[in-house]
Amino acid sequence: MANSTESWGSRLGLILAMAGNAVGLGNFLRFPVQAVENGGGAFIIPYLVCFFLMGIPLLFIEWSSGRYGGKFGNHSTPYILDSMVKGRILKYIGVFGIFTNLAIVAYYAYIESWTMAYVYHSLIGTFADMSQGEVAGFFNSYVDVAHSTTGIPYEAIVFFVLCLTLNTFILSKGLRGVEKVAKIGMPLLILFGIFLAIRGYTLGTSGASELFPNANAWDGLNFLWTPQYDSLLNPKVWLAAAGQIFFTLSVGLGTVHCYASYVKSKDDIALNAVTAGFMNGFVEVVIGSAIVIPIAAGYLGLDWVMNNAGFGMAFQTMPYLFQQWGPILAAVAGVMWFGLLFFSGITSSLAMGTPWLGFMKDEFGWSSTKGAWSFGGLALLLGLPTVFFFQQGVFDDYDYWAGTVSLVFFAFFEVILFSWIFGMKKGWREINAGADIKVPIIYKYIIKYVTPLLLGWVFFASLPSIIDKIMHRDTFNRSSFAEVFYAEKFDTGGTAIGTVDEVGDRSIRFSFENTRKKFDKDDNMALSEKFTDYREYTFKEGQNPIVAVGDRIRPGDAIAEGDFVNHVFYKNIGRAILVCLFLFITFLVYLAYNKRKKEGRVTL
Amino acid sequence: MNSSALTIMILAQGFFVFFAAYYLYKVLTIPPKPEPDTYSGNDDELERQND
Repeated sequence: MANSTESWGSRLGLILAMAGNAVGLGNFLRFPVQAVENGGGAFIIPYLVCFFLMGIPLLFIEWSSGRYGGKFGNHSTPYILDSMVKGRILKYIGVFGIFTNLAIVAYYAYIESWTMAYVYHSLIGTFADMSQGEVAGFFNSYVDVAHSTTGIPYEAIVFFVLCLTLNTFILSKGLRGVEKVAKIGMPLLILFGIFLAIRGYTLGTSGASELFPNANAWDGLNFLWTPQYDSLLNPKVWLAAAGQIFFTLSVGLGTVHCYASYVKSKDDIALNAVTAGFMNGFVEVVIGSAIVIPIAAGYLGLDWVMNNAGFGMAFQTMPYLFQQWGPILAAVAGVMWFGLLFFSGITSSLAMGTPWLGFMKDEFGWSSTKGAWSFGGLALLLGLPTVFFFQQGVFDDYDYWAGTVSLVFFAFFEVILFSWIFGMKKGWREINAGADIKVPIIYKYIIKYVTPLLLGWVFFASLPSIIDKIMHRDTFNRSSFAEVFYAEKFDTGGTAIGTVDEVGDRSIRFSFENTRKKFDKDDNMALSEKFTDYREYTFKEGQNPIVAVGDRIRPGDAIAEGDFVNHVFYKNIGRAILVCLFLFITFLVYLAYNKRKKEGRVTL
Repeated sequence: MNSSALTIMILAQGFFVFFAAYYLYKVLTIPPKPEPDTYSGNDDELERQND
């Protein structure tokens, strides 16, 4: 058995690394948007309920499973699960714990590389004197690989490779390297976050301008926290809260198992788990809610926030807002914001590297250096399609299959495995072994009954959208190659009809009636208003529009003829790569099983 | 801010600040467990391996 002697240098280091694993970009970008869209202040109620009924139990399960597997010298989920139960099959469920990390890091490291690039651009003053539209356009040209924003050819790829090299180098230093980064990165992240949050709280109406005379940061906070209690009756709000808790704690990934497997068998995991969970909650609810929404509302007004709040704000809007603070403070704020996102990203991407390193070391005796470089190489290979075909949707497709479906699937299985197959009697003993806090006995029953039911609900409620994704029902251009191009949905509901406004040799411009939200300050609620929106399609050589000005076009109607390579083609390539990756890791687990059999250390 | 928004914000943030600080304080102040005196006390119970 390749019993590793590696362990955490200190308990604080372990907790900061675990919290760093959980704290990610979603804490700052996903949580406030979810809250705004799902009941405002009332969202915190389902959020807390899910935190206690799903988040904390899953942390207990993963920490104790990891430490249990670590006793047998196993540091990745295939053989951690194998050490928990009799049966040859379950190690293959554990494949998810390596697969998901490799697949996620492939695109996550790309986002991380954006933060590196944006720190650089904030420092050199690239965004100075740019309009809001130009800052948004800068991002689009950055991710358009062929276009260079700095004069560095293939800039996006250069930063991506730099970012992966940095991750690889730190991982090659083993657990101590990860711990050191967490000890530096987490306090800095919190410090930067507090600075920006204070700015968010004190901005008030000082950011109002001629263009946005009603801009007020307090409106943003007001809207974020005003409880709309009737939303609690909506199951979608509860599903959103469950999803948020699930993704924010980084459970279902295999990284918690891996980190916990290096905890000594008689050391506490119960207090460590809740501490890491609450630290993540602190960063999300206290800091995460006080940056993006109030600062954007303070300069652009609440109406803008309600219609545009989302992930893109981090890169397409925030640099513009910082410019309103003057050149020096803009550079400082830019470095802090993107530095904060970078630290939240790197502490997570390093965590994603450790299951692969642990597996290769345990099963094939690979050194940390060899494991780290192979991880970096794999992440680069898997990540390049997301870089080159970002605008064709490969990035989003990776995120959906690896970052959403795979996580929920694995978490659902592991909770069943822990509470019903490993058994709650043994499970409860594991959770409490060496515990520095008394875990309330009610958690024994929550873990056995409530958490599986909640996860099952999240899993089965997601099935219709999973099926839609498999069938490419989110587009009307479902063939990889086609001779006809069909109009996509004009609005999000898909009910709007477009009118052809302009037809060029290679372009069509539609107008259609859309709705947007408007904040009613007197009643403190969001209203809907109709407005005319536009959509433009541009085509390439050999693709010809077949519509005329004035035509009324429904989604799914043919609008152009010629030779088309649709986004589906690139997405299918991405999916094939993910399937190959899963099969490759499954094969490695099988090889490891045969090796263990030969060496007489197979468990069954 | 209206009073209900302010109340919810303070309660929610206060909750996470208090518990994050409380548990972190516990982590930092609880002394590490002493090493067992015997070699056998240091061994793990590998029940799954011996099944």
